[in-house]
Amino acid sequence: MIKVTIDGIVAEVESGTTILKAAQQIGIKIPTLCYHPDQEVKANCRICVVEVEGQRLLVPSCAFPCTDGMVVHTNTPRVRRARTNILELILARHTQDCLHCHRSGTCELQQIAADLNFTRKPRYIQSPRSEFRDFSSPSVVRDPSKCIACGRCAWVCTNFQSVNALTKENRGFETVYTTEFNRPLAETACVNCGQCIQACPTGALTIKDDTAKAWKAIFDPNLTVVAQVAPAVRVNIAEALGEPVGTISTGRLITALRMLGVDAVFDTDFTADLTIMEEGTELINRIQNGGTLPLITSCSPAWVKFCETWYPDQLDHLSTAKSPQGMFGAIIKTYYAEKLGKKPQEIYSLSIMPCTAKKYEATRPELGRDGYQDIDCVITVQELARMIREANIDFERLPEGEFDLPFGLGSGAGIIFGATGGVTEAALRTVYEILTGHELKNINFTAVRGFRDTREATVNIGKLPVKVCITSGLANARKIMEMVKAGTADYHFIEIMACPGGCVGGGGNAYRNWKKVEERNKATYLVDAKQCPVRQSHKNPAISEFYKELGVAPGEGIAHELFHTKYTDRSNLPK
Amino acid sequence: MQETRMMLRNIGKINPISSMEYAKLGGYASLRLALSFPNGIVGMLKDSGLRGRGGAGFPVGLKWAFVRDTEAPQKYVICNADEGEPGTNKDRILIMGNPHAVLEGMAIAGRAVGASKGYIYVRAEYPYVRELLEKAIADAEEHNFLGKSIMGSDFDFFVEIRMGAGAYICGEETALMQSIEGQRGEPRFKPPFPAQKGLFGMPTVVNNVETFANVPLVLSLGSENFRTIGAPKTSGTKLFTLSGNICRPGVYEFQTGITIRELFEEVGGGCPNGKKLQAIQTGGASGAIISPDLLDTPMDIESCAAVGATFGAGDLMFIDEDQDLIEVCASLAGFFVDESCGKCTPCREGNKRLLELIMKFRHHTATPKDIDTINDLASTMMDASLCGLGQTSPTPIVTAVKNFPEVFERAMARRDEK
Repeated sequence: MIKVTIDGIVAEVESGTTILKAAQQIGIKIPTLCYHPDQEVKANCRICVVEVEGQRLLVPSCAFPCTDGMVVHTNTPRVRRARTNILELILARHTQDCLHCHRSGTCELQQIAADLNFTRKPRYIQSPRSEFRDFSSPSVVRDPSKCIACGRCAWVCTNFQSVNALTKENRGFETVYTTEFNRPLAETACVNCGQCIQACPTGALTIKDDTAKAWKAIFDPNLTVVAQVAPAVRVNIAEALGEPVGTISTGRLITALRMLGVDAVFDTDFTADLTIMEEGTELINRIQNGGTLPLITSCSPAWVKFCETWYPDQLDHLSTAKSPQGMFGAIIKTYYAEKLGKKPQEIYSLSIMPCTAKKYEATRPELGRDGYQDIDCVITVQELARMIREANIDFERLPEGEFDLPFGLGSGAGIIFGATGGVTEAALRTVYEILTGHELKNINFTAVRGFRDTREATVNIGKLPVKVCITSGLANARKIMEMVKAGTADYHFIEIMACPGGCVGGGGNAYRNWKKVEERNKATYLVDAKQCPVRQSHKNPAISEFYKELGVAPGEGIAHELFHTKYTDRSNLPK
Repeated sequence: MQETRMMLRNIGKINPISSMEYAKLGGYASLRLALSFPNGIVGMLKDSGLRGRGGAGFPVGLKWAFVRDTEAPQKYVICNADEGEPGTNKDRILIMGNPHAVLEGMAIAGRAVGASKGYIYVRAEYPYVRELLEKAIADAEEHNFLGKSIMGSDFDFFVEIRMGAGAYICGEETALMQSIEGQRGEPRFKPPFPAQKGLFGMPTVVNNVETFANVPLVLSLGSENFRTIGAPKTSGTKLFTLSGNICRPGVYEFQTGITIRELFEEVGGGCPNGKKLQAIQTGGASGAIISPDLLDTPMDIESCAAVGATFGAGDLMFIDEDQDLIEVCASLAGFFVDESCGKCTPCREGNKRLLELIMKFRHHTATPKDIDTINDLASTMMDASLCGLGQTSPTPIVTAVKNFPEVFERAMARRDEK
């Protein structure tokens, strides 16, 4: 441990700790922009500069390591002048239309301008980086006029995701973050994961806002609006509305959706269970009949597009089961519509998701029939929070509601789909019992849990050692896929989630960092353990009832028709 | 005035490609010496007082000691020949005339720090330099001055050439390494310094062409003798590039400490057509613009710093009375707008704003407030930019504003006349 004095306060830190982290330890908040706790230090925005005694120039506190006896000043006229001047330079490239920006209130640039008490009249010509805005993607809106060139978006796109859809172009004053050859985002290898949105400190990258579309349907008297709510939403929506990270709010969420005017609120947890039945059956079949192994999950639409783009020759590894959202869409527009005696077009299928890629998934032609799509609109957690605020709802004080039947009952196995490792654990809970005919004594497969790294485990199912691998983040997925391609991945089952940490780290949630993802992950397992009377998909009575009514076993007949899909080679996308 | 030709001693006397001709005139003797006592090299360089010739003037022995003392499976030696500074040609002249001196210096560095691999990063605009270097390297390898088991010793040293692609910033050592690695040419944050984590993350010596050319001289003369040459704290000779309004522009080798007046009047022959000298830009495009009152300043690092001039890489651009100093500033500011890599805010945004401010003077729309803005902005660029480019690019403008206030006042006054 070494001692460093910051603004007169002594901090004891490990050697090599940055000044920024040391300052945070003793309650000194240095402003940052290009710094993100999940990312490598970039030291390019320079807003975090401080004065270090003995150093000729100011140093960026995010990157500069403490040494023993170092004396640092974070609030001197020299530091204040530099920060204000740097902020002024940044603002001169920014549209500053805060009052109609989705980032207003969560924008880091706005916060810094307020914190620095910045009121100076502009000394420079206002010259936004680009007037061009890209609305081509169903998931992500790019507005370079709000870009501060910090590089956080490209960092995640490259390092978390290995997609490289966003990159730095040009030099000097003309530097911009853009797509390859400035193509519209929709025409690139972008997988719509939204991690760039999560990383952006300003409104340069935002979620494609579909709230107006949702409102229009809600207020249309001829439409029955049927909502499905993904597992991860219940541990995210309260946070997005200002409550502590990891707050579980399933009941209040249901009440809020009813108050918004949704006619039926269903739980995607139900189709998560259905996914286990379909995908589990597929796994058993492949194991027993010598099918293509490893079987790889297909619930994450960003991962699916990634696989279609980079590994089109490996698509037979992907489970043909649709994602829970896709399955639910099919049920709503066929089975449920029939039940209500309505045409599919009279039902508006609305998804509430933690995920921006679900917006893209909903546009896939495979998810629809006879000229209509199974999902009419996908609203992310951030957008739902907006709608709740718009509707004057005090979320914190709402009474608890319950999901509508018959698709309101899901198991704990379905809930944990929201966390990386959850699909695997859910599958094991079911596949074990079906294959062995024995009941599990302990249904918690803690070896597959986690939130950051790739994990592997071997579970003995009867005499068969089943080898599973779990990863999240597409850069990690790429490593696994290289093994699959080389034939060295001797797993039976691989779970891949595009977003680091799984759906609780998804691009549609409130702004993330690893610490928050960990809290949301814990909350997810808490819902499974404490709030779910049934914790295995095949034991969900609603599931067995449903198959009985369909008159088929999982994977057969109408179940196969409605709940399975096919994939497309997208290797021609620029990459 | 008679030049003191040490680095340039072989120019015109030998076929520059031939390592044997170089060796006949005493070349590669220093490397032979270095092979036999590798542990003494760093100490000799420290004692010699040799400082880097690329502009920053860092003590060479100290830099090499850091690399030598850092444990690593691989170390590198990089010769920076990305001579992009406007008005500087010294490295080209040196390589074209005496390439083996540079190669010898690199090999000695490799021996001293334990590196077996060297790179020469050559400016994109110098394809003919590359051609000559390739031949010289091949020739040296053929005669075992480079390559495997040099001169029968256990020391291997291979040199590869890497070409730049026209970016000025790639002359900055960390951006240069990024470029060699195949990345976007942008500087990296220091620390870690190249001596700790340089090329491909390994300890790396990066020195300028002229610095390497001095290394064999230190070994052959001995550090005590080398120290006696030139000014006390900038020992050795230096290649000075004279440009601008001067009768005999060119590259000249003199002992450090020669005065600007001697270079201007006796070597360069003064301004053409008997014009009066208005100003001198010292040390390259990002160097200070000083008044002729400082003509008697000796060209060494300490003397220059004392009067607010820049020693830099030994460039002197003379500006006669006919030139519009504001035009000069605008041209320099425009250069840095073009050459900023765009990584850090102060440099990316600041250079453009400096140019806009200068243009206000050029268009006679400036007010005294704009002088304040220039100084305020410049102070932040110099204080908070990531690399040397942004830290020094405002220098010519702030020094011009400070040393030639009447020029800027005149530009504003004309606005009032309008």
